[in-house]
Amino acid sequence: MAALQLEKQRGRYAALAIAAVVIVVGIPLWWKTTETYRAWLPFSEISELDSLQVHALRPSSRQNHVCDSIGSAMIYNRVFDKADLSLHMLSESSCGSVVVYVIPESSTLLPEDVKVYVGQRRTALLRSPPFKTSWNLKEVLSNLDVEVEQVVSTMSFGHQDIVAALSNRVRMTKVTKESMADSMRAIKSSPGYEITFSLLNPDPKSHSLHWDIEGAVQSYIQPLLNKLAPIANFSVDSQILYYAVLGVNPRFDNSVSAYTLSADSLSHVINPVEARLGSNAASSNPVLNFLLYVPDAHHSPLFIRDHSKRKVPSNAFHSPRWGGIMVYNVNEMYGPEAERPVDININMAKVMGVFLAQLRLMLGVQHTHPPTGFVLQSPGSAGLADWELDRLLWSRSVENIATASTTITSLAQLLDQIGNIVINDNIAQQVSSAVTSLQSAVAELEAGNLAFALQYSREAILASERAFFDPSLLHLLYFPDDQKFAIYIPLFLPMCVPIVLSLLKIVSEAKKRRADKQAKSD
Amino acid sequence: FRLSSLIGHISTCPSLIGQCCQRHPGSVDEFQEELVIRPLHSGDIYASFQFRTLWDTDFLQEGQKVSHYRLFPKSLGQVLSKFSVRELHISFTQGFWRTMQWGQPFIPSPPGAELWVWFHDTVSDVDGNWKELTNVLSGIFCASLNFIDLTNTVQPSASFKPLGLGNATDHRFLRYATLPREIVCTENLTPWKKLLPCGSKAGLAVLLKSEKLFHSSFHSQAVHIRPVCQDEQCTSKAWELRQTLNVVFDLYTAGQGKKAFRSSIYLNCGKTGELFELSPATPLLSQAVVLGDRRTYSVFDLTRAETFGQLRSLNLLLRWKGDGGEMLRPLLHAERYVAGFGLQTGEIHTVIYNNHPYRAFPVLLMDSVPWYLQLYIHTLTVTSKSRDNKPSYIHYQPAKDRHRPHLLEMLIQLPPHSMTEVTVQFERALLKWTEYTPDPNHGFYVGSSVVSALVPSMVAMSTNFTQDQPLFSSFVPVKEESSYFVRVYTEPLLVNLPTPDFSMPYNVICLTCTVVAVGYGSFYNLLTRTFQVDEPSLPLAKRLANLIRRIRGVPLLT
Repeated sequence: MAALQLEKQRGRYAALAIAAVVIVVGIPLWWKTTETYRAWLPFSEISELDSLQVHALRPSSRQNHVCDSIGSAMIYNRVFDKADLSLHMLSESSCGSVVVYVIPESSTLLPEDVKVYVGQRRTALLRSPPFKTSWNLKEVLSNLDVEVEQVVSTMSFGHQDIVAALSNRVRMTKVTKESMADSMRAIKSSPGYEITFSLLNPDPKSHSLHWDIEGAVQSYIQPLLNKLAPIANFSVDSQILYYAVLGVNPRFDNSVSAYTLSADSLSHVINPVEARLGSNAASSNPVLNFLLYVPDAHHSPLFIRDHSKRKVPSNAFHSPRWGGIMVYNVNEMYGPEAERPVDININMAKVMGVFLAQLRLMLGVQHTHPPTGFVLQSPGSAGLADWELDRLLWSRSVENIATASTTITSLAQLLDQIGNIVINDNIAQQVSSAVTSLQSAVAELEAGNLAFALQYSREAILASERAFFDPSLLHLLYFPDDQKFAIYIPLFLPMCVPIVLSLLKIVSEAKKRRADKQAKSD
Repeated sequence: FRLSSLIGHISTCPSLIGQCCQRHPGSVDEFQEELVIRPLHSGDIYASFQFRTLWDTDFLQEGQKVSHYRLFPKSLGQVLSKFSVRELHISFTQGFWRTMQWGQPFIPSPPGAELWVWFHDTVSDVDGNWKELTNVLSGIFCASLNFIDLTNTVQPSASFKPLGLGNATDHRFLRYATLPREIVCTENLTPWKKLLPCGSKAGLAVLLKSEKLFHSSFHSQAVHIRPVCQDEQCTSKAWELRQTLNVVFDLYTAGQGKKAFRSSIYLNCGKTGELFELSPATPLLSQAVVLGDRRTYSVFDLTRAETFGQLRSLNLLLRWKGDGGEMLRPLLHAERYVAGFGLQTGEIHTVIYNNHPYRAFPVLLMDSVPWYLQLYIHTLTVTSKSRDNKPSYIHYQPAKDRHRPHLLEMLIQLPPHSMTEVTVQFERALLKWTEYTPDPNHGFYVGSSVVSALVPSMVAMSTNFTQDQPLFSSFVPVKEESSYFVRVYTEPLLVNLPTPDFSMPYNVICLTCTVVAVGYGSFYNLLTRTFQVDEPSLPLAKRLANLIRRIRGVPLLT
């Protein structure tokens, strides 16, 4: 009997030993060899991004040297737009700041009814309200507070700009219709844009068109693009498309004896044309298309009508985030007996005026609505005032930061949820560089260095997109767990069943023995 | 007597030529198009469309970006300047050109897709540019050119010289690849037509109806871009974009109803014009020497009003007169096949024919074989007239598994009126299971080999390229009068590789698991079983007796 007990004991030990080997060696080995590689990601920092707050500094540095400088400026310049320039020379205001000069109430620098004059650069002249001579400087300044605040809110970004910049990312309740339209019109922030001018000639048999696009780009578009160079890289090209027609047939209107395109049908115009435009094969930047359409001889003149059935003076329309189309009628330039094809030179100043306005809209240069008494100087040849550029820099940085942080947080969320995704070192590196760029972008923005902020935010976007769209993330995504276990079952089931059964048997025997012992002791 | 009518429809001409020849300050572009119709001796009709856009500009100028396009397609221009391409040749072909029946084509091309590019010598990362370029082109032409990678790209040392300006000889800047499996269909034709300045709306391109074009025995479309001389003095460069489309219509199936119209239609009238009658007759006859053969062409200049007569349409009628004479045999011709049996070894045979009665001439043979056919280069033999023919130049670049294909280039002298056979043995490699194509039992394609040669001409070639030549005769510049350049492509090969059963990995996993489980089970059983001595049980007879005894109540047996 003792021998039998011994034998049973040996069997039990063997079963336990095998179970121990399987648990201690087998399972970790299997786990280790089939594990997916997941590099470390800065999850805590990413989750901080989720509730990112930008304590942006509004540019409202106050200048105290009021009287002297204005006086000297006034002496030399009676005309106020010259004063703007010399004031700019006087104190080189840095990017992202606004200098407000206060001139005495009685000054003749500004016309009578003008309260504030906003210059082409980052300066504004403010006519001070009446004050008592007994006030000291501090009191005078506090008296000016309301006006200064008004100037700053005109020249700098406000709540509306933030809403516009973030409208893609964040759903906000207080959005006016107009700012919403503005933000939808502006093309998404991107490191570069391709601007394409296309001349559509549906009727080369009767019109031989010539446009001096090179000269026009040089003189009208390039100054604006040079000004915008800190925001993005722009490349401009042009093409001529023959036999390209609009997608809708214009209707003949007897009352004006012209063909008309109604505002409702404009939405059908673009798609058929777009097939001919061709995308830029050599880059992946978004494309802004500007089409100049010269209607064929049988369908001229052609006019665009707005919703209230009135003729659009520019004869042009734009499509948000896509570009603009201008209809250019040439039927008055030749008589009916002219020899076909007729040589026609296109007036580029007229065309570029329209396209430049549309380009400004697409790039998100927003309309400012100055309060009464404000005079804004026209931006001049560059098409953009310095303070407008600052606003653009600011809103682009904010938009980029928002985009990058949503990309990174959603990537982190995804990686957290699906444990099957391989995270390679290069992805982890991209993610952490995106996070550091984001942090420095926010820091720069808070310090008011807009150029650096934009650059960092762009780097953040690039890194985050590269991480998000890395193909290595997908390698094991379609190799789900249930299939893996289906393959393992022929091995796992026969191995585990005897172990489990013998363990159960040992346990039940031990229980029985204890029960027996208890019964005996009782 | 067979009859075919080629009906022309006129819509008024696009007058692009007039427009484009106008001088814009700085640059000039010019567009030309023509259609050559050649009745073949087999009874088929060979139609060759050529569209040429010339632009007097330089894409590769330092510091200055070309960005304003008129006739030249913008998409291609951007590609040229972005990737610093000096010359680009791309062709998509469906069907195989039967040289022996049809003679030489004006512009030869191998079945499937072929791409060869000369990069500018300022490019530092040629392979990177090539990779990106193939991806971009695959987007432009809706083709699977993105499957071109290092495993099917070679750098031929002698076979593909630049056809345009500039004598680049450093073949480090050349890349050549073919995709013999590529299927060409309408989705490739549409983007090709889009590159034409007028699309398919005007000019000869209105004839390019895909349902007709792809219902043919042979279809090949190509784009050739190269720098050429702007004028006779060659002081400045112009870029030439030549789009060609070659079709062979089968008369029996296509019947009639090809529409024609345009700028020039050249109709090959044969040497004497006796083979068939043509109506309406045209006053314009032109002689051209193409591929060593002088022929007379009737020219219909569609920019002139009188071509169309009263009806404002052009009907061409060809009436065959009997069987036709003896066809001029092509002087150079090549074939290829794979020999051997089983799935281990095989042999590639390339046969090159020189049909010239008394002249010997050298040919350059280029073979690019994928790495999974491991060539045994020591078995390479070249025999002509059953004698060993030693190549005077051999350039061989062995393959690297999964990195690089074999490249074999040889200069072989072909004796007159002979057949030269080049054989080389190979062994089939075993691929990894993810490397097989989706349909592995169909076999693996090996691209055509390329035979390039200067073939002695029967008639004097015109070397005066300054005169106004028809497009079809001016593609390859003729350097000397006595010979002309010919490139012949052989058939692609279809080779079977040993193909596994693809459910095998799962079967193997399951079977191995089962075997391991059975072994483990018995081992476990052996280790954990408790042995105990058992008393022998009673024999069956005694147990039966006990059963009866129990019923009877008698003491049991033990």
